[in-house]
Amino acid sequence: MSETPSQEGNGGGGIRGVLTGLGPALIFGILVGLVVVFTIINGTAFFNPENFVNITVDASVLLLLAVGMTFVIITAGIDLSVGAVLVLSSVVAAQVMVALSGTEQQVQNYQFPTQGIGIPAGIAAGLLAGLLCGLGNGFLITRLRMPPFIVTLGTLGIALGTAQILSGGTNVPYVPTAIQSQIGERDLFGFLPVPVLITLLVVIVAWLALHRTSFGRYTFAIGSNVDAARRAGINVDRHLLKVYALSGFLSGLAGIVDLARFNTASVSAHDADNLAAISAVVIGGTSLFGGIGTIVGSVVGTFIPAVLRNGFVIQGVQAFWQQVAIGAVLILAVFIDQRRRSAEERM
Amino acid sequence: MEKARDLPGGEPVLRARGIDKSFGAVRVLESVDFEVRPGEVVALIGDNGAGKSTLINVLTGVLRPDSGEIFFEEKRVRFATPHEARERGIETVYQDLAVAPQLDAVSNIFLGREHRRAGILGRLGFLDGGRMRRETEDQLTDLRVRLSSLEKPLSTLSGGQRQGVAVARAVMWASKVVIMDEPTAALGVAQVEMVLDLIRRVRDTGIPVVFISHNMPHVFEVADRISVLRLGEMVAELDPATATTDDAVAAMTGSASGNGEAA
Repeated sequence: MSETPSQEGNGGGGIRGVLTGLGPALIFGILVGLVVVFTIINGTAFFNPENFVNITVDASVLLLLAVGMTFVIITAGIDLSVGAVLVLSSVVAAQVMVALSGTEQQVQNYQFPTQGIGIPAGIAAGLLAGLLCGLGNGFLITRLRMPPFIVTLGTLGIALGTAQILSGGTNVPYVPTAIQSQIGERDLFGFLPVPVLITLLVVIVAWLALHRTSFGRYTFAIGSNVDAARRAGINVDRHLLKVYALSGFLSGLAGIVDLARFNTASVSAHDADNLAAISAVVIGGTSLFGGIGTIVGSVVGTFIPAVLRNGFVIQGVQAFWQQVAIGAVLILAVFIDQRRRSAEERM
Repeated sequence: MEKARDLPGGEPVLRARGIDKSFGAVRVLESVDFEVRPGEVVALIGDNGAGKSTLINVLTGVLRPDSGEIFFEEKRVRFATPHEARERGIETVYQDLAVAPQLDAVSNIFLGREHRRAGILGRLGFLDGGRMRRETEDQLTDLRVRLSSLEKPLSTLSGGQRQGVAVARAVMWASKVVIMDEPTAALGVAQVEMVLDLIRRVRDTGIPVVFISHNMPHVFEVADRISVLRLGEMVAELDPATATTDDAVAAMTGSASGNGEAA
């Protein structure tokens, strides 16, 4: 209340731009607790470097979606279309690869004479598809002033439907196996899987962009108070367009990684990815009200379900328990967020 | 009505002449004259709906007048956007503060005008946090605004501290005029004193302040001159040294006797 110059060393000042509080610490504690518990129960079957790499590979696709979603939710938006855009991108990428890597006859015999063209072209097409979906979302949200929830729900239907039309509703077969051997299942230096490397790079770049650049600053400002951002001269529409384009692009990249891991574009395996990504971001302390969030939090929020699933599988518990646990953690995270908000408003 | 003319000297920094503005059939401003002179605090007062905010919006490029002229440093201007007014050095502290509550003081003060790092990193958008922090500290020290933390989100600061940040931001970028729309409306007694003090300090740096309020004690405490709007017309100009609160209220409400019946 009063204007006293309080100089007490306050813990909140440590990491600038990262809004600390009870939430993030608690969530990180939950992740550490899970690791400790599974280590006690399962010993080295759980706690060994190889298994941790497995967990990370499993988490990589969702993490790419969660990174884009973090930016979107910090602007107080939402992107329900990420899973569908992932599917569309991987179907487009797969079909371009199949079409350009050899004749129909050849690819059906798993011969890919021109895969040197087909694979890069497919990757580019998949990324472009993702980017275009994101731009479409951003355009509709900013120019037609429609709520993100509805726009991205519409895009979800359009992207998934288009993917199914293109693929005839089945997984795309005859994808060049090199994408799996050279990307999806390749270990660099004998220990670093390429999907993990890609995700790691994206996480680092996203962290820098969110917490160290004007792009990130504007993302927070728009989510915190869109009128203030506008009055400060920020081009809010153009920024939101970029944020949704980023989410679309990362969904496309996730589609490529998914394609590379499984060597097929699967049309039905990603129905719940959007909600999983939103859960991960929100569990990680990003506020659905906008203006608050961190990349590190979203990483932690992605790893909690991944660690749970892995630990349950090793222990032989039905993996469905993971969904139950994640649901509970999600509710806890939102509860913390709401309390934090109302505590702020009382000041 | 003419007696305030010989107050702080110089040609008006900002002058509006014969401003008309209607929203549909509603006449909100009717040939309004208004001016801001160097080094003064001019209070703009009026009842709710008198047209205070509309006049400010016209002066700062948020709204365009139907007719009338605006002169900035003696030259006729037409601000198409608030951005153009800001570029000329006219800053506004809005009633709702227009701060981003989840961002800290430094981020808010530099919002939209961030310093970037030198070289390639700056081209990529990397921020020079250290420089912005230092300049924020200097600015807050100059204005004697004390914050409990520069790093905490504004939502965790008191209303007065938040107001301090909003004013500091305006003053930081205003080279010519600072306009404050009801800056004391939502504050406690101690915080009001701080803000009124702040207004005087801004004026003492030579930058005129337009102080919009309908709180008479606050107005009489800081204003060098009082312009009164009633139902879209500029009805009086008062010198706070000689006029009384009753005079001001009478002008605002149009009651000739000025017995303060509408206060």
